[in-house]
Amino acid sequence: MLKAMLGEAWRAMGANRLRTALTMLGMVIGVGAVVIMMAIGQGAQYAVQQTISTMGSNLFIVLSGSFTTAGVRSGSAGGPTLNVADGAAIGELDGVTNVAPTHQGTRQLVYGSQNWSSQVIGTTPEYLDARAWSIVNGAGFGDSDVRSATRVALIGKTVAQNLFGDDDPVGKTMRIQQNPFIVIGVLGSKGQNLDGRDQDDTVIIPLSTAQRKVFGTPFLGSVRMIMVQAESAEAMPRVMDSVTALLRQRHRLREGMPDDFFMRNLSAAAESEAETTRTMSILLGAIASISLLVGGIGIMNIMLVSVTERTREIGIRMAIGARQQDILTQFLLEAVMISFAGCLLGLLLGLVIALAINAVTGMVVVISGSAALVAFAVAATVGIFFGWYPARKAARLDPIEALRYQ
Amino acid sequence: MTKPVIRVVGLGKSYATAAGLFPALKGVDLTIRPGEYLAIMGPSGSGKSTFMNLLGCLDTPTVGDYFLDGHNVAHMDPDALARLRNRTLGFVFQGFNLLPRMSLQDNVALPLVYAGVDKERRRAAGRELLAKVGLGQYAESLPNRISGGQQQRVAIARALVNQPRLILADEPTGNLDSHTSEEIMRLFGELNAEGITIVLVTHESDIAAHAKRQVRFLDGEIVSDHLTEQSPC
Repeated sequence: MLKAMLGEAWRAMGANRLRTALTMLGMVIGVGAVVIMMAIGQGAQYAVQQTISTMGSNLFIVLSGSFTTAGVRSGSAGGPTLNVADGAAIGELDGVTNVAPTHQGTRQLVYGSQNWSSQVIGTTPEYLDARAWSIVNGAGFGDSDVRSATRVALIGKTVAQNLFGDDDPVGKTMRIQQNPFIVIGVLGSKGQNLDGRDQDDTVIIPLSTAQRKVFGTPFLGSVRMIMVQAESAEAMPRVMDSVTALLRQRHRLREGMPDDFFMRNLSAAAESEAETTRTMSILLGAIASISLLVGGIGIMNIMLVSVTERTREIGIRMAIGARQQDILTQFLLEAVMISFAGCLLGLLLGLVIALAINAVTGMVVVISGSAALVAFAVAATVGIFFGWYPARKAARLDPIEALRYQ
Repeated sequence: MTKPVIRVVGLGKSYATAAGLFPALKGVDLTIRPGEYLAIMGPSGSGKSTFMNLLGCLDTPTVGDYFLDGHNVAHMDPDALARLRNRTLGFVFQGFNLLPRMSLQDNVALPLVYAGVDKERRRAAGRELLAKVGLGQYAESLPNRISGGQQQRVAIARALVNQPRLILADEPTGNLDSHTSEEIMRLFGELNAEGITIVLVTHESDIAAHAKRQVRFLDGEIVSDHLTEQSPC
């Protein structure tokens, strides 16, 4: 019975091809728009997620406080209020996975006849773990290097290209601030951060070496910044609170005295960025859904016309034994079939356009199976929802009136 | 005597109009036995169409009872009525009422779709009945390819496809010329000779003369009910 009805729905669709095609076009455009918008939205989300994952997750930094000399305030990380021992103490706290005191600045690098200015970060091996930074060539340095202030360096990809060109940098000696450093490893590429700064334009050296040979420190062991990684996003506020308490205690700050350090949540900025793109993709989807709604109304409109046109046919069918339910099923099937066919074409169209956008503009697009599934579910729903009223109208016709209809 | 196919007792139907309740049918009694060939006659407004709609289970009466094949139809729900129309009755209309986009064979077999018969048996039945009305060679054609008289034959084949107890024909020759009308009436005569019960509505007395029994309606009541003197078949 259902098979026979599917055949009839097919025949009815074929009876007025132009009209069926135009009705379908509404769905094609609607579904196509949803697919394209979702592909672009998810692509943007994916791109942001990629950037965030290169930063490392659940990170915050503690900066040393400002100090004032003759009325001139230094700004954050200016004062010598944090030291390596603070870092070690933070590492003992519950919920802390990695702690990396860092000291950084920009220095000129020299290798042979080449030179290049880059960011130099003095830190401990835990820094690489916290930032989930891999070494693609060579090896990292260990705690012993930090203890004995060896002159070894890890360089980012950009530095490797600008300083060493096609040569393998591992084992080569370059100079930072007149001091010779042996390059022991090349870092994996991380690309741009959220500010657009090239994260691969970096040199990482042991903290003690940086303090003694490169930057110099006002007090031995003092650092400008400590990077802390919490075990989870949920643990972040708790860990930040306990770090504050610990540092106030260690720095002997009395009740009412201001903190002599600053804390910044790096993940928060990233999350707000991710939130923005998520909102954007929802917005895009919502706008596209409106066209789907319009497509659905198009189906309803045509189905209503079709019911009126076929009133006599409905009367004949009823006279020879169709139940209300049979008529309802028939018209509903027709609406769902138009909707489905439109959806299928829309899916294809959306896919082609999304790929074309990717090919032409290089914009990241993500085409997910779930998006296709959603589009199909929506098409079926739209077909049933907007087909229901006309189908019910058909089913409730009085057979006598319907037979008399000219 | 055999059990009646149709027994109507005090059947009445009123319509609400602006001027109040209008009684289209005023308590009609009628019994039709198997194998009868009955013509219902009367001018427009006589209530014969209302009566036909009630007999065809397309409408329900305001008062009275209608026993079709022993079952009281007067208070059945729409689905049960649809089932009766499908299994027990066959309709032939004045305007043929074939579905224009379907082959003749599918048109004839359409009632079987609603009876839940599978495709193979529908095809076979469609072909068989088309052959019976002499149109076997047009099985795959569309209705607009054949003449009015031929379309009415297809409609009769459709009415027969579910082996109904009764065929209801509403002005079956109203849209046909006299020659074709004769052909259709001959077909009805043949079917009746095979034992099929036929009820015919017409306002033409020469058409009614083909039937074996004539019932005349006037103002919602039966005014005469008699056998035809000379049956042509």
